Amino acid sequence: MPSPILNIRNLTFEVDRHAILDRLDLAIESQEIHALLGANGSGKTTLAYVLMGCEGYAPGAGTVLFDGTDILPMKMYERARLGLTLAWQEPARFEGVTVREYLTLGKPDCDPEPALRQVGLAPDRYLNRRMDKALSGGERHRIELASVLSMKPKLAILDEPAAGIDMLSINHIIDIIRALKAAGGSVLLITHQEEVVLIADRASQLCAGRIIFSGSPRETVDHFRGRTCVRCDGEVCDYVRA
Amino acid sequence: MSELDELRRTLPMVGAEPSILDDTRIAHVVAHGHRILSHRTVPGLRVEMDETPDAIVGKLIVEAGAQITQPIHMCFGLAHPTGVQQIKIDVQVLEGAQARVLSHCLFPFAQAAEHRMQAVMEIGPGASLTYTEGHYHGPHGGMQVLPHATIKIGKGARYVSDFSLLSGSVGNLDIDYLVEVEEEGIAELSAKIFAHKTDHITLKEAVMLRGERSRGLIKTRVVLEGQAQAEIIGITEAYAKGARGHVDCMEIVQGQAHASAIPIVRVFHPEAKVTHEAAIGSVDKKELETLMARGLSPEQAVEIIVSGILR
Repeated sequence: MPSPILNIRNLTFEVDRHAILDRLDLAIESQEIHALLGANGSGKTTLAYVLMGCEGYAPGAGTVLFDGTDILPMKMYERARLGLTLAWQEPARFEGVTVREYLTLGKPDCDPEPALRQVGLAPDRYLNRRMDKALSGGERHRIELASVLSMKPKLAILDEPAAGIDMLSINHIIDIIRALKAAGGSVLLITHQEEVVLIADRASQLCAGRIIFSGSPRETVDHFRGRTCVRCDGEVCDYVRA
Repeated sequence: MSELDELRRTLPMVGAEPSILDDTRIAHVVAHGHRILSHRTVPGLRVEMDETPDAIVGKLIVEAGAQITQPIHMCFGLAHPTGVQQIKIDVQVLEGAQARVLSHCLFPFAQAAEHRMQAVMEIGPGASLTYTEGHYHGPHGGMQVLPHATIKIGKGARYVSDFSLLSGSVGNLDIDYLVEVEEEGIAELSAKIFAHKTDHITLKEAVMLRGERSRGLIKTRVVLEGQAQAEIIGITEAYAKGARGHVDCMEIVQGQAHASAIPIVRVFHPEAKVTHEAAIGSVDKKELETLMARGLSPEQAVEIIVSGILR
């Protein structure tokens, strides 16, 4: 059996002695779309930042093997060059930088048009626009995903990729997630939107910094809805109490 | 090599082609120190320039209703390490006229030189002037550059300026612009500066919105590295009904550099409004990390962010 593309063991990240990630274990297989559910504050975005190596997110304990390599000692761009990337929940603005430049970062020979079309944006209308305040939040989200797509990553961490996307355009986002898989990549999909969760191959529920359930997307959605926990409703769920 | 050839050769440093000086459809003035090396005019434009021992003194007049389609190139500079250049110029864009001026200030070998500009500009009713000013002062940082201007924008007129200093090291740059805007006039002032080494930048731009429904925008982008210093003062005062102004200053500080931004907004009419935003700091962390998550090194990421801001 092939080893997982991402193998997380005992990952712990604390802020002021409070565990945001608490001995977390998670494995994602090659070409798997894995959805991660959890209430606000359960640690989903922190996990994304720790995996990507963002500044201030060095874990206190644990191991993370990405494609067989221990990435925790590596810098962010070194992890990216191995094929790991992150699409932020709130994408950055870049004054003066055009969409074309953003989509061809570090690879000037890359054709940015297919990725832009795939997110439902017409290249002739967008390629020369600047990544600044003139773009709406939804447009920036789609361009962020086009950027991830054009990078052809081995694993893309997508933090709420459908946030701010109108109902009619959600299928573009779903298509992109599937396109990442079709291109040979895996996706760690952080989302609250059920219709997006259900396209995953597997899903896990995160609570108080630990994975408390893994299963099919349907099972995981039902599990998430059926439980109360310290993060969700102010009561302590069985897992956390134990 | 002649002084004219030296200045021509430096034009690409400010984004201009040397061949523009040969094009008979394009007006130009080229001055080295206090000598005029070349000039040409076109229909609708009067250029009156005199050499004096301590300044070049002149007028540039765009006649009423004239539409000067090609930009007017004003090329000032010194092709020597030392020297002084002082320009005293009146620019008049008469009623209903339109023109663009590209001003190239070229000091490629400057080690201890001085460039002073004292300009008075009048944009007549319904007229329009776009004034783009590019500076290059070589790598030594030995210049005193003092462009000072008073600009009067008439009723329904428009003035757009774009100052850029993007390569080389200037030394001391002290810009002081005062803009008066009449009814329904528009003033847009933009400055982009990349300061290095021990450069010292003072940029003071003041827009007085005197007329009803006048508009003003001051937009400044400054990147500092080494031990450079900058003080940016953007002033907008609104005196009339419906006047609207905005001051937008961003400074990125790297290395040992330091910067200050002082936006001053004053409103003297209850139906006028002026807003401001100012940001000083290092390169935005989120922008940096987004680019690094695409595989760019920190140095590559900073270069992309900085070049975008200064575009």
